[in-house]
Amino acid sequence: MHGLDAHYGRIQALSGISIRVEESEIVTLIGANGAGKTTTLRAISGLVRPSRGEITFGGRSILRNSPDHTVRAGIGHSPEGRRVFARMSVRENLELGAFTRDAKGEIAGDLAYVLKTFPRLQERLEQKAGTLSGGEQQMLAMGRALMSRPKLLMLDEPSLGLSPLLVATIFAVIKEINARGTTILLVEQNARQALQIAVRGYVLEVGKITHEDSGANLMASPAVQAAYLGGAA
Amino acid sequence: MHNVLQQLVNGLSLGGIYALIALGYTMVYGIIELINFAHGDVYTLGTFFSLAILGLLGVSNQLHGTPLVIDVAITVIGAMILCGLVGVVIERFAYRPLRNAPRLAPLITAIGVSFILENVMQLWRGPSPVPFPQVFPNPAWVVGGIEIQAKQMMVILFAIVMMVALQLFIYNTKLGKAMRATAQDRDAAQLMGINVNATIALTFLIGSALAGAAGFVSGVYYQSTWFFNGFNAGLKAFTAAVLGGIGNLAGAMLGGFLIGLIEALANLFPNGNQWSNVVVFSVLVLVLIFRPSGLLGESLPEKV
Ligand SMILES: Nc1ncnc2c1ncn2[C@@H]1O[C@H](COP(=O)(O)OP(=O)(O)OP(=O)(O)O)[C@@H](O)[C@H]1O
Ligand SMILES: [Mg+2]
Repeated sequence: MHGLDAHYGRIQALSGISIRVEESEIVTLIGANGAGKTTTLRAISGLVRPSRGEITFGGRSILRNSPDHTVRAGIGHSPEGRRVFARMSVRENLELGAFTRDAKGEIAGDLAYVLKTFPRLQERLEQKAGTLSGGEQQMLAMGRALMSRPKLLMLDEPSLGLSPLLVATIFAVIKEINARGTTILLVEQNARQALQIAVRGYVLEVGKITHEDSGANLMASPAVQAAYLGGAA
Repeated sequence: MHNVLQQLVNGLSLGGIYALIALGYTMVYGIIELINFAHGDVYTLGTFFSLAILGLLGVSNQLHGTPLVIDVAITVIGAMILCGLVGVVIERFAYRPLRNAPRLAPLITAIGVSFILENVMQLWRGPSPVPFPQVFPNPAWVVGGIEIQAKQMMVILFAIVMMVALQLFIYNTKLGKAMRATAQDRDAAQLMGINVNATIALTFLIGSALAGAAGFVSGVYYQSTWFFNGFNAGLKAFTAAVLGGIGNLAGAMLGGFLIGLIEALANLFPNGNQWSNVVVFSVLVLVLIFRPSGLLGESLPEKV
């Protein structure tokens, strides 16, 4: 993966957004409710058609890709609201994550890795995903996205509704996944923690990028602190 | 008592046909929440396709031995393939363009497609009943005073084999998993790399192929059909799907057999056959009052 460049002009949701994610970076996208973060990720995946602009991944345009082609191109997406398959077991959910892959041995290896990372899923392997707690579903959604072995993993609010302890775990896992070579595009309300682990960050306000800087600089910026970090750090 | 047992046998074979049709209703509803009113007509088409294939094979009488097996296999598989393709074409041109339209639009379209198919069949084979050759030898056994015909056994066995095969496919293959995932959450399924258009088309292919199989079986069972046959049978099969819990495969099978049994048992009463529809739909109303999601319907609330 060399980079990703996106501009869209969709009716108010996004206007002229440009984002670049370099290989093996963690980049975060923060912003208030309704700013367009989820829409940005959905556009990259192909679930939303941008009316204008270009999206490239590894030098190729993926603008017109349908979502399944985007996955095959190497982009995993753990969507907002988890969206696990409630009436399927944890195991089946994880197997579906590897839907685009054929190598049985590699898939088994990745399954073992996910279960090692989230031991709770191991205990609940045959349980229906709909009966998991919210936090467990979040782990499952992340694990499922990992099962496609993406080059770029997009996470939409992975810490939403989790206990502080679990939030810490999730962020540690994100760093670990990144260290293993997966590029991360992270959408978060939890701006402080997101900026801490991100190389760079973008601030999105009503469909426009208003700030773009290194994670540390954004954290230090008074405007960002006031709006997203609850005052001075 | 002896009459009751006799009607149970009749009801099970009738129910096998309903169950095969009901599977198509429930599969399509499960994946795109559409009541495919044209499905009953695809079933009738299955009988006419079977007739046409038997005609091409030059079969007009009872078969025995190897020719029986070969010709029946060709006919069933041919009718299933043709009906499956019809289903795929219907989905592609009538329903897919309306996938994001308000729910009523595809529903009305489905009724329109039903009319089109009925009229095409009327043009093709005329408005009167068309005889279906008795291809199978049909010995009957009398067990404890109950007559069991070979064709009744065949209908029941055939329906069960098809259902087991479908169940194995849906729960044990990758494509089956893709179908279930698409039914539960289309966007999330796409994010797994599933091509939902292909998956929905596959659902129509399988559901319609089962209707084609039911069409063949019904031809053998009733030895005749007519262009409007699918209206009544479709309605009963749809009722079966709702009774069992629409969207639920096991429910469709259970509902199909139950509707067949209820209809047959209604025949025990004087002029019962004229009342069978009333009885069938009364049972449906009662079940829905006390179990709105159907007998095997999921009462699990979806967590979002
Ligand atoms: N399917 C949709 N139809 C119409 N408008 C939509 C749709 N999805 C999102 N929007 C609108 O687009 C804007 C951006 O929404 P989006 O979900 O991308 O925000 P977000 O930044 O992810 O917010 P949050 O932090 O609350 O998740 C919002 O004003 C929203 O109302
Ligand atoms: Mg969002």
